Amino acid sequence: MISAALILLGIFALSFNSFVRGNPMNFGIDFTGGTLLNLRFEKPVSIAAVRSVLDKYKLGESVIQKSGDRVLLIRAVPIEGEQRADLMKDLNDKVGNSEVLEADIIGPTIGRELSTQALWALLIASIGIIIYVSFRFEFKYAVSALLALYHDAIITTGVIALLWRSVDVTFVAAILTIMGYSINDTIVIFDRIRENLKKPNYAKKKFAELVNISIWETIARSINTVLTVIVMVMCLLFLGGETLRNFALTLLVGFTIGTYSSIFIASPILVLWHNWESKR
Amino acid sequence: MHKNINQLRLLIIIGIIAASVYILMQLPLTLGLDLQGGTRLVLEGKETEKVKVSEDAMAGVVAVIRNRIDALGVTEPTIQRKGKDQVIVELPGIKDPERAIKIIGDTALLEFIEAEWSPGDARTISAEKLKEFYGSDARIDYVKEVRGGRVESERPIILKKTVLTGAELKGAWPGLDQYGNPVVDIEFNSEGARIFSEITGRSVGKPIAILLDKKIISAPNVREPIPSGKAQISGNFSAEEVQDLVVKLKAGALPIPVKLLETRIVGPSLGKDSIDRSAVAGMVGFAIIIAFMILYYRLPGFLADIALAIYVPLTLAGLSLIHATLTLPGIAGFLLSIGMAVDANIIIFERLKEELRLGKTIKMSFDAAFQRAFAAILDSNITTVIAAATLFFVGTGTIRGFAVTLIVGIAASMFTALTLTRMMMNMLVDGKIVTRPDSKLLYK
Repeated sequence: MISAALILLGIFALSFNSFVRGNPMNFGIDFTGGTLLNLRFEKPVSIAAVRSVLDKYKLGESVIQKSGDRVLLIRAVPIEGEQRADLMKDLNDKVGNSEVLEADIIGPTIGRELSTQALWALLIASIGIIIYVSFRFEFKYAVSALLALYHDAIITTGVIALLWRSVDVTFVAAILTIMGYSINDTIVIFDRIRENLKKPNYAKKKFAELVNISIWETIARSINTVLTVIVMVMCLLFLGGETLRNFALTLLVGFTIGTYSSIFIASPILVLWHNWESKR
Repeated sequence: MHKNINQLRLLIIIGIIAASVYILMQLPLTLGLDLQGGTRLVLEGKETEKVKVSEDAMAGVVAVIRNRIDALGVTEPTIQRKGKDQVIVELPGIKDPERAIKIIGDTALLEFIEAEWSPGDARTISAEKLKEFYGSDARIDYVKEVRGGRVESERPIILKKTVLTGAELKGAWPGLDQYGNPVVDIEFNSEGARIFSEITGRSVGKPIAILLDKKIISAPNVREPIPSGKAQISGNFSAEEVQDLVVKLKAGALPIPVKLLETRIVGPSLGKDSIDRSAVAGMVGFAIIIAFMILYYRLPGFLADIALAIYVPLTLAGLSLIHATLTLPGIAGFLLSIGMAVDANIIIFERLKEELRLGKTIKMSFDAAFQRAFAAILDSNITTVIAAATLFFVGTGTIRGFAVTLIVGIAASMFTALTLTRMMMNMLVDGKIVTRPDSKLLYK
């Protein structure tokens, strides 16, 4: 059990290495600020034609992505509202009529606000969880659970960074959901441990053995639950459409890791702590 | 006796379903901007030398924006203050976002300034001479004649003193001048009319400069004194520009200029697309889960599926009852909570297996299973709710929708798993459908 945790630490390091790619993650304009234009043209268009129009507005360096041959995603620095209106008109005149699927302009300060919000959310949720779990179980349970949560968040973030998927405000929501689910999972195991501790015929067993038994007893439930949730997430991933794709992918990674961490991270930490406590 | 209880239980179940459907029909769900299309703006008050960001200024901004939006005829707009100096505006389903943004964001300060045409080359007049001859507020500006996007001519004008602003207007209407060009007809209030009469009285032959947001839009020469307080503003406007200007003037100028921090425009087709796809994804996922539950847990699984089928309209009804806004992440959250709803049932059923294996009777096993599972379900769901609640308090817009959907979903799932499933399981026992602990209906 403990060795599994060590292996995972190695994966941590790998993920961190991916932070070398310039930006630690592929931050979307929610975080960096910028302009996002998602247009569906009536007829197939070429990226070159679009870029030449952008050049006139000094936006020639923008990222242009195609999704199919009629749908275009343009990402640029923030531009003033009037400029955007003119740009749209120019695009319509020179390249062809298009329907605005989505047009976002985010000023740079909002991005920093979002990052701060995300960190606050993380902090508050952590505190809330520690308080509640300490109250229902014991402090060491709370910390073990929390560490498992951070492990999940870090690895999920690392995987998404590795895959260089675009990160926006829904990523933050996904991470918090994953934390919520992972703790859900961990608590079920802890609840079983709590119950087994009360049983007289288990009183003679070592703590570690008790934890082991508890895990085995709940494994069927853990697997079934994560299966049902993952089924839903996979449906969202494959059938849910472009906008939800990154969100679903993040959840998929997070839920899998979450189930794993409840068994292989939270429980071993609990055992270690308990043994350390009884030796003092 | 048992038969009566079962009838009562059945009645309750049907009652819940009926209530949910009824609520959904009466109060259809509010869709977020990302689902029905629309525009979202975040505006920030900008400090100038004259006006600071203050509670009054921001309240004034909200009032003016509200008036302007009313004139746009948007159904259910949202205007909210955020923090000290920000305003969030949401316009669902708006057809012409660009125009709306201009109408909302422009300060729309109308100024009437007493002026004089510059004698000779204005650039040769020094600043001191300006102030000496024309007053301490004097400055030089240019009246531009623009045709076809090009500046055709520029005429220097000396601006002396601001005498009237849009605040003194009683009304503004779209109109036509004698050539049929679109203009804005205005009328001053009594104080303004008095001042106007005075000014025009002493400015015959001289121009009065009309500025909008510090730019000269017109500088007509005064031909005769105007006692009526009525005037016309013409300036090469299109009919649409006249309409927009009238809206802005009637709503009043913004007490403090605003900067657009964030603009999000979602076209309606993207939203519809997302809804359709999510619906398909949801149904497929739902079908797979239902099949799985029956295969693995047999009869109890089937009951759980029924509970799940009730869970869906129940949660949606709950959402519409509290007027929650359904966003795209919200839909994802809802589908997720279906998966988690199953979880509660799974916890109960796994427990049930254990209890039956211990050799208890059916009734005892059922009761024990629910009782023991309760603690686990409660603790694990509450911790998820903590995470969701944090998202609600710290997040905005779409994220809030997600958090609310998740919380309502979890509450409903606890209810259906603990109450409904239990009720149905009891129906099995009391209806004597399952009598032996080793019944093949329960597990292999």
